[in-house]
Amino acid sequence: MAQMLMGTKLGMTRVFNDQGISLPCTVIAMAPNVVTQIRTPEKDGYAAIQVAFDDIKPRNSTQSLIAHDHKAGTTPKRHHREFRVSEAELKNYTLGQTLTVAAFEAIAYVDVVGTSKGKGFQGTMKRHHFKGMFASHGTERKHRSPGSIGSLCSNRGFGGGLKKGKRMSGHMGDVRRTCRSLDVVRIDAENNLLLVKGTVPGSVRKMVMVSNAARLYKSKARKQEALTKGK
Amino acid sequence: MAIQAILDQINSKSLKTDLPIMDIGDTINVHCRIVEGNKERIQIFQGVLISRSGRGIEEMIGVRRVVEETGVERIFPINSPKIAVIEVVRRGNVRRAKLYYLRARSGKSRRIIDRRRGLKHVAGIKLAGQD
Repeated sequence: MAQMLMGTKLGMTRVFNDQGISLPCTVIAMAPNVVTQIRTPEKDGYAAIQVAFDDIKPRNSTQSLIAHDHKAGTTPKRHHREFRVSEAELKNYTLGQTLTVAAFEAIAYVDVVGTSKGKGFQGTMKRHHFKGMFASHGTERKHRSPGSIGSLCSNRGFGGGLKKGKRMSGHMGDVRRTCRSLDVVRIDAENNLLLVKGTVPGSVRKMVMVSNAARLYKSKARKQEALTKGK
Repeated sequence: MAIQAILDQINSKSLKTDLPIMDIGDTINVHCRIVEGNKERIQIFQGVLISRSGRGIEEMIGVRRVVEETGVERIFPINSPKIAVIEVVRRGNVRRAKLYYLRARSGKSRRIIDRRRGLKHVAGIKLAGQD
């Protein structure tokens, strides 16, 4: 897996590109990430890099985490995440090394992972895009209801319950979501800023994880192929 | 740095500083850059400024003109590099912030009174008849 870095979502703006086209952009502040642990196949059974991000007061951290960060020669951090690397790549990283947004310099598309905004308990129309019922034609007090949820024995075999995973009302949002293949619009290495095209899950000031796009959408893959051929 | 300050800093590069002072009701010329193949040319869209919305980089203007008794409205992001110049042709005297009522008007009632006097509050603009 490619390098993953953490950042803070700052909000959205618009950027005019070379052709004068207006692009909706999300600004992500990528303060330097610190390598806090190197996982090796000999010791841990797999090769990975742990990075930490976002300073916190020591009193808000724990003794063990403070010591863990101290080993890497850094101040207490809020978030610790791992990303897998191949064994050969392990030697590129050292404990306490800082990784900056410059790592994405040559990359056209990134995946962004975040925690979506919590929406609370929501009905089926908002949560699953059900159509609801008629507005009129005799419908009374059930305009937004889901309608029939099927008979009791619909999971095949033993009856008595509904099919597992039946879409109903319930808690919506506040889950990990990935936005795939977002265009990198601009990288500001000086101010540690990354601008990606489009929206990113979660609210402002929340942590997001940015990595090289794992698998491009078909149209973007074709576009990139055409670009590399042109070169 | 505060979040809004960072966003402002990003936007500051594409914000235009040479925009004229224009009010709702003014007749303006919008010089649009149009790319045809390799060539670029300027097309002028003249009309009445009927709406302004948004702040900073998001600011948009609505311009309405009438071509052969058919209303044509275009909305421009004023900070776009595709807009070369905006110039004010005539100043109009109106009482609304949005002139959507012009859509329903035709003939003489569509006219907007020219504001030759009462320009004193607009800085940097000479009054008509003054040198």
